[in-house]
Amino acid sequence: MSDPLFEFLCRMGDNTLVLGHRVSEWCGTAPVLEEDIALANTALDLIGQTTLWLNLAGEVEGRGRDADALAFRRDVWDFRNLFLVEQPNGDFGQTMMRQFLFDSWHRLYLTGLTESSDARISAIAEKSLKEVSYHLDRATDTVIGLGDGTEESHARMQAALDRLWPFVGEMFAGDAVDAALARQGTAPDPAKLRSGFDEQVGKVLAEATLVRPDSDFAHKGGKTGTRHSEHLGHMLAQMQWLQRAYPDATW
Amino acid sequence: MYAQMIKSTGKTVKSLDEMDPQERAFQERIDAGGKIEPRDWMPEGYRKTLIRQIGQHAHSEIVGQLPEGNWITRAPTLERKAILLAKVQDEAGHGLYLYCAAETLGVSRDDLTRDLLSGKMKYSSIFNYPTLTWADMGAVGWLVDGAAIMNQVPLQRTSYGPYARAMVRICKEESFHQRQGFDIMMKMASGTEAQRKMAQDALNRFWYPSLMMFGPSDENSVHSAQNMAWKIKMNTNDELRQKFVDQTVPQAEYLGLTVPDAHLKWNEERGHYDFSEPDWEEFFDVLNGNGPCSKERLEARNKAWDDGAWVRDGLMAHAEKKKARKLAAE
Repeated sequence: MSDPLFEFLCRMGDNTLVLGHRVSEWCGTAPVLEEDIALANTALDLIGQTTLWLNLAGEVEGRGRDADALAFRRDVWDFRNLFLVEQPNGDFGQTMMRQFLFDSWHRLYLTGLTESSDARISAIAEKSLKEVSYHLDRATDTVIGLGDGTEESHARMQAALDRLWPFVGEMFAGDAVDAALARQGTAPDPAKLRSGFDEQVGKVLAEATLVRPDSDFAHKGGKTGTRHSEHLGHMLAQMQWLQRAYPDATW
Repeated sequence: MYAQMIKSTGKTVKSLDEMDPQERAFQERIDAGGKIEPRDWMPEGYRKTLIRQIGQHAHSEIVGQLPEGNWITRAPTLERKAILLAKVQDEAGHGLYLYCAAETLGVSRDDLTRDLLSGKMKYSSIFNYPTLTWADMGAVGWLVDGAAIMNQVPLQRTSYGPYARAMVRICKEESFHQRQGFDIMMKMASGTEAQRKMAQDALNRFWYPSLMMFGPSDENSVHSAQNMAWKIKMNTNDELRQKFVDQTVPQAEYLGLTVPDAHLKWNEERGHYDFSEPDWEEFFDVLNGNGPCSKERLEARNKAWDDGAWVRDGLMAHAEKKKARKLAAE
């Protein structure tokens, strides 16, 4: 196992990098102007968080890589983001359901990280938590509004939930990295956050008149990097293209 | 300039003596540098012209997100990506203030949107040009936002209060946009051979379309004379274009880039640069929907609107249900 702290920081930074990229794909094409602004704002926050996490990852690694080197010069197998965040945007409902599920986990996890024994980590968590709480409020309102909207919006939100639910389990599946960090008091044990997640998500889904899928089957392989989806490679091809095509340039 | 070819009443400008007392009082207030507010009386022509101008400006902000959105997912560093996202977010925000300013004149945002989507209302010709390399993000900030600022700074003193106030806020953000554009150009122009090539190519492609942003000469235009009398328009197109060229040429020299105009020359006597006019036939083609990206831009806006219909309907239905439930509980 490589250094658990480096792995953990890449997981945090890659989640926000990949989701920030996905959200930024909406630029200029949201259903209403206010959503264009909110989506750009969410993406902007996530990219800011990425810079903090990945710069720290580079520092911890000690091989001279900064956030840009990690974001733009690693290949798919080195990415440690959750499966959920690399899922394509789909329609606006799917994008917001993905955001809601991720934010619900992210807020709980960041809350735990504010108590981290590592001051660098608690500082980033503190800053991110403010932004993420706002993202979650907004995603919650949207999930409720569209779930409890028209017949069509309800059906679309239920379809989004059904489609994305198999990616929820991975957020709470601990592995050796998580165990090592929990032992050191660096990060919370993700498995312990599940009941809080279920409770909070359950309330929102009830208000949104949406039904939680029966099966808790969970895809795995995102955060360990062992088996990402086909989508991630295409995203990186676009995101990393300039840095790869002109390796001698600075921008 | 995000508003081009704004038609006014088409009649000669009336002298104060020809006006009835109400109109005369209105004009005298403008002449004295006063502001017109939404509840004040105003000539129908003034109201309609402002709706056209503010609406076109708002549409330009909205459509203007697309050529930059084209590069957000390919921005070469996290910082560049963040700056570009912030800029595009500002533009959507500008669109929002401007639609609000237009709404004070008795038109709804939905009406204006419909007219944009049907092609009835225009947006700035510049956004019908493609952004082909990363240097175009620099050129758009430096030249396009630079040209927009030329027009918008004087509009902070425009006679219509809500428009003038929107413009104050917009100008602050636009000057940040221009600086970040120039910063990209500096990096590119002092970079590798490939980057310098991208920078020069971006200047070559965006120079004349930027000059077109000010619109053709309107020195003899009745519309322009009326709009200037109303202080909806503060300078002629030629004045602003000249000012833009005078400001931009030394910046291009500083960057070590060549402005693509063989006739560009400092004129000692005039104290200005002499320069070539853009191809006005191309300008009218673009304005008539035949720009290189005109179809894509309008299709993208229409698709966003159509795809978003279920979202708008859903949120509206939820708001109604919530209201009904609240009423029932009371």
